Amino acid sequence: MIPERLVNWVVFAGLLAVPLWAIVVDEPFTITLVTRAVILAIAAVGLNIALGIGGLVSLGHAVFFGLGGYAMGILAYHAQTYTSLDLFGMSLAGTKSMPIIWLVAVVMSALAAWIIGLLSLRTSGVYFIMITLAFGQMFYYFAISWSTYGGEDGLSIYVRNGFPGLNTLVPIQFFGLCFVLLCIVLFLNARLQNAPFGLALNAARQVPTRVETVGLNPMRLKLVAFVISGAITGLAGALFADLNRFVSPTMFSWQLSGELIVLIIIGGVGRLYGPVVGACLFVALEHWLGALTEFWHIYLGLILLAIVLFARGGIIGLLTGKEGAHV
Amino acid sequence: MSTLLIIEQVLNGLQFGVMLFLMAAGLTLIFGVMGLINLAHGSLYMIGAFAAAAVAGATGSFVLALGAALAVAAIAGALIEMTVIRRLYGKAHLDQVLATFALILIFSEGTRWLFGSFPLFLDISDYLSGPVTLPGGIQYPLYRLTLIAVGLLVGLGLWLLIERTRIGIQIRAGENDREMIAALGVDIRLLYTLVFAIGAALAGLAGALVGAIQSVQVGMGEPVLILAFVVIVIGGIGSIKGAFIGALLVGLTDTLGGIFLPELFKLFMEPGAATQTGSALASMAIYILMSLVLIWRPTGLFGARA
Repeated sequence: MIPERLVNWVVFAGLLAVPLWAIVVDEPFTITLVTRAVILAIAAVGLNIALGIGGLVSLGHAVFFGLGGYAMGILAYHAQTYTSLDLFGMSLAGTKSMPIIWLVAVVMSALAAWIIGLLSLRTSGVYFIMITLAFGQMFYYFAISWSTYGGEDGLSIYVRNGFPGLNTLVPIQFFGLCFVLLCIVLFLNARLQNAPFGLALNAARQVPTRVETVGLNPMRLKLVAFVISGAITGLAGALFADLNRFVSPTMFSWQLSGELIVLIIIGGVGRLYGPVVGACLFVALEHWLGALTEFWHIYLGLILLAIVLFARGGIIGLLTGKEGAHV
Repeated sequence: MSTLLIIEQVLNGLQFGVMLFLMAAGLTLIFGVMGLINLAHGSLYMIGAFAAAAVAGATGSFVLALGAALAVAAIAGALIEMTVIRRLYGKAHLDQVLATFALILIFSEGTRWLFGSFPLFLDISDYLSGPVTLPGGIQYPLYRLTLIAVGLLVGLGLWLLIERTRIGIQIRAGENDREMIAALGVDIRLLYTLVFAIGAALAGLAGALVGAIQSVQVGMGEPVLILAFVVIVIGGIGSIKGAFIGALLVGLTDTLGGIFLPELFKLFMEPGAATQTGSALASMAIYILMSLVLIWRPTGLFGARA
């Protein structure tokens, strides 16, 4: 069996090597594909904090993904329409600036996660799954009926937002930006897992009563985890919108929430690199199977079924021979 | 706003609610007895609708089509229970969510592969189409009225089955203590397959009945599935009575909200903005209703356990 640390390093190196190789052979589309995997990985790392460590099966994380997306869409749309009046072209750096958009996305999704968490954490088990699902639908239908920002058709942003010192339209530069963010998020996740907070949260998932008897409030631990988790997924949403230069209500759809959980399960629940492995595999499957057959979801379904029934630890669990966290 | 319109909308809401009840009853029964959260219930709804559309297309008979919907959905339900679902009892909810999500992917793409992406249409028999005049001079489509009647009859039948028959006793006993009734000589595996098939058949029936007023297409099951979840969360998971009341509440809130909220906002806003705000709020109304119910009672209106 392979040590988990080695698996992590191989994945990390692979994520860097593939885009560099794509530059050499001049295949910019591959870079975009890897960028997509990196962004989905950020979203899933976010969800993994709530799901893997906190045991909160949220079927509504698309809310935060979508909020991040719309934070980018709305800010850039205003900049875009404003500059269409401006004869000197794109001169509004203020709202086309990625750092500001990211900040807004993170703050908005953290706020939403706090409110949704306060309401949903009153319940547990199946009720929690369903109430988070329902919050997702609420945002989805709101986005559809809100015609100011495109309604069902969504918003197109013509030029990717900028980052000081970089040309984000060059695929490898945008990839680099996303990759650095993924590293930061993974670093934070690793620190959080071993910090007193992470340990307490882990305990709150397994035996909430014991956590309570030592004087900690499991509800509060879970709420904080949910907020952190939502904020990270929101950041990923803003990046995803920037990758596609398009936002639409599908970013809020419950299928997306389901897919984010699927990513984690394919990779391995509660493991640092689980979401990363899952996202890479998902994007690869989508690309290769999608090219082979229009009906690639059938195969995705079968793979998922096999993993749930026979390989609880996901891919990392298979490679390292250890089962993952129990949720 | 005339009384006629209000009565008509209330009937529409009832019809919608009753169809939601058919879906929610199966979901809540399966959760109550087996402790299983089944996302693939919407796929069974879709399968029922497609079976009905295919049989109606081949034979031209609406009654045969409904029979086919019931039978095919029940068989599909029994099959997935025996191959996949059976392995999920007693597993974590996360596993159940994922495995049934996988089933959705397989069923949706499989149906798209068999029938293509274009919607099918299911025609209602002549004797069920056309309007009827209700007391008070209201013209209302006979078919929708039939749906309300069918839904109420099925509800009554389900209640009789669970409260008054031997199988019903076994089902209720299975909810409380599965080891005990297995020890008493009831084949619990067969009972679970049966309960799952009943739930599936109800979903298939709902799909076929609603398929005749909407179009039959891939992905038609998921929006209804989520509404059915909202219904059973409001009603309390595992409670059929709760599912019935929840379904009517959701059906009426959704239908009446869509009509009356924009009108309400017109009282104090300019018409354009009022329509916009009103319809946005109406599309969220049932979820707001659900949050309110859960804040008041975290296990739903009639839910005994978490």
